Amino acid sequence: MQNLYTSFQTAFDLMWELNPLLLEIVGLSLQVSLTAVVLASVCGFFIGAVLALGRFPGRQAVLVILNAFMGLPPVVVGLAVYLLLSRAGPMGDWGLLFTPSAMIFAQWILITPLIAALSRQVIEDLSVEYHELLWSLGADRLRIVLTLLWEGRLSLTTVMLAGFGRAVAEVGAVLIVGGNIVHHTRVMTTSIALETAKGNLSHALALGIILIVTACLINAGISISKNYAEHLSG
Amino acid sequence: MLNTFRADELHEFPREDVKTGNSRSNLILPIWVEGLSLVQNGRCLLDDISFKLTNGPITVILGANGAGKTLLLKTCHGLLRPSSGRVSWREPDRILVRREQAMVFQRLVLLKRSVAANIDYALKLRGLPNKERIGRVDHCLHQTGLLTLRDRPARLLSGGEQQRLALARAWALRPQVLFMDEPTASIDPPATAAIEQLIRRFATAGVKIVMTTHDLHQAKRLAEEVLFLHRGRLLEQASAKTFFNRPLTPVANAFIRGQLDC
Repeated sequence: MQNLYTSFQTAFDLMWELNPLLLEIVGLSLQVSLTAVVLASVCGFFIGAVLALGRFPGRQAVLVILNAFMGLPPVVVGLAVYLLLSRAGPMGDWGLLFTPSAMIFAQWILITPLIAALSRQVIEDLSVEYHELLWSLGADRLRIVLTLLWEGRLSLTTVMLAGFGRAVAEVGAVLIVGGNIVHHTRVMTTSIALETAKGNLSHALALGIILIVTACLINAGISISKNYAEHLSG
Repeated sequence: MLNTFRADELHEFPREDVKTGNSRSNLILPIWVEGLSLVQNGRCLLDDISFKLTNGPITVILGANGAGKTLLLKTCHGLLRPSSGRVSWREPDRILVRREQAMVFQRLVLLKRSVAANIDYALKLRGLPNKERIGRVDHCLHQTGLLTLRDRPARLLSGGEQQRLALARAWALRPQVLFMDEPTASIDPPATAAIEQLIRRFATAGVKIVMTTHDLHQAKRLAEEVLFLHRGRLLEQASAKTFFNRPLTPVANAFIRGQLDC
């Protein structure tokens, strides 16, 4: 109980004094996870659209795999990316290991299946409603995809939020490929893991609280703009 | 009701702004439907249907629910591929045929955009330049009495207004043939009157109207030619006058007299 109280106190103090190291860590967390979400959305929406509108042999198998991959274990993804990026690996020459780019890469792999699977469902549902009309108006396939993505923009924002939530909360992948190097690759979750390992529990919990608050603020901001957009577009 | 729309407020549709009618060199009509059958999941939904539609009269496809009216309309429009038989147009160029027709669906689908953007989207797909689109959107909204609602979200309109917007969107494409599936199925009598008025004006402007209805009264008000469908078969094709006065089949006779078991 004492720990919990101290944690809240520490969290409040850290935020109140705008601790520079904390700001740096929060900033990098957001930078890595938001970049990963944007990249994963570009790929995920495309894969989702192909699976929603395309009919090809093996589609069902791809769907099953994709749905299973929504729950990819972050440490395993981290390990795989580590092997790819390590000096001896196929992408070793790029020198990306232990950089924020490596962390973005790992999180991108982690959440692309999630975004693809969820957006596939959104687009498929919309397609049932819109397909005949769009065909009748003379839309080609590309135009149909773009229109459905735009019509589903509000639901797809929620899909992106789900991806962001998973990315910003995971520790396994960023820890392995980033290395938790202070001022370089240290993010919220890796700091929490480190402080916990050091036995500095209340500090770790304080960081946890800040992470949750940050995630809440971002979700709230997007929800408000989403409601506003919904109001505008009906 | 906000923005009540009265049919007599409709503005005249000048004939000269419609590129349909006999002045067009590339008329896509007539359409020939020959031996058309549609089988889905082992069930024969349309059975050996043949007819020809020419430019001119408002054609109403009449029949009870489940008679196959919607399927026939969609097959003519090209949305469904017949299991056997064929649908052919006078114009052999399929792309041109597709561009020269429009359809208003029973289940309305409006895009999550403003009223004007819904029409603009359809025109953009036809490749109209920006400048021309703006003028045509406002022109169509004006003609259908929706101009004051042009910036409102389309999905927040009333049922009657949404239906009018769907018609305006189809009309904006300046089609030679306009298919309409139960255009007044879910709206109240005043809105229905407004829609029927619009349909007549489209027809007067030279657009070939092919519509379905299960509403006998509506068919009597609008139809100039009737196709009577019953359980997937075309039982009669006749002028409206002939059909309503002297139906050839007992089923059609029962339908006209409003017997429910036909």
